[in-house]
Amino acid sequence: MTVPGEWYLTLAAMLFTIGAVGLLVRRNVLVMFMCVELMLNAVNLTFVTFARMLDDIGGQSVVFFVLVVAAAEVVVGLGIIVAIFRRRSDATADDASLLRG
Amino acid sequence: MDWAVYVVAAVAVLVGAFGVILSTNPVHSALMLVMTLFGVAVLFVAQQADFLAAVQVIVYAGAIVVLFLFVIMLLGVDRAENLGFEPLRGQRVAAGLAGVLALGEVLFLARGHWATGFTSAAGPASGPGSNVEKLARSLFTRYLFAFEITSVLLVIAVIGAVVLAQRSRADDAALHPGPAATAEPDDADGVAAPVEVDQPNTGAP
Repeated sequence: MTVPGEWYLTLAAMLFTIGAVGLLVRRNVLVMFMCVELMLNAVNLTFVTFARMLDDIGGQSVVFFVLVVAAAEVVVGLGIIVAIFRRRSDATADDASLLRG
Repeated sequence: MDWAVYVVAAVAVLVGAFGVILSTNPVHSALMLVMTLFGVAVLFVAQQADFLAAVQVIVYAGAIVVLFLFVIMLLGVDRAENLGFEPLRGQRVAAGLAGVLALGEVLFLARGHWATGFTSAAGPASGPGSNVEKLARSLFTRYLFAFEITSVLLVIAVIGAVVLAQRSRADDAALHPGPAATAEPDDADGVAAPVEVDQPNTGAP
């Protein structure tokens, strides 16, 4: 008895919502970044579910690319965070309100 | 059996997600993120996406979360955040409402039948052959150009990370104005520390 795809899609929607709310609520830049990862994972789960429902390998291929982009994004994002922290040792996103250092 | 796997993995995913956004310590958030990622990997396996589950564990849990923990430890920001402090009044409530609204909208859209699609447009996911073989055939034929562009993206990310990590002369000057300025706090610590140590000693007898 396989689980219908709707259950997976609902779970992915909830995961995406939790990530979005966390991104809006939290002020620590690193935790905000983790919330972005949560949302990316929710979308990945949706793609894999549709790949199974439509019997299409293309969904899994897209997830592969999303993983690559997520890895690149984390590298650059954490580099930016480290560069910001080097100038001011505070962990909140509110303090980085200017585009100059 | 499938339902048991789904329920356990779904609970792990949701508990981990709530743990990420509710724990005050960033290290705890990162570890909760690992739990969510493992749950998603289990759900991938349950849907015959074996290769992606392996990549999920290796890349996400193995590389990205370790990178997060590395930056947390490097920057020393593993102190607890005051979740009660709210710089914008009513922002938490608004964020929660927006989240509920977004969830409702997604679920409402899912109930409609506007989302249609061809089956097996890019090749079948089921049938004979392993998942890795089918995914590789799709990646290296139909999505070959995107695959090649991905390498350019990775090179750009590496160059960007190196440029960002580079320490410029101006930064050094701003951080360390001179040896005289850094010597003073050290002296202050040196004076303050023995006072604290002495007090219990005199108080004990």
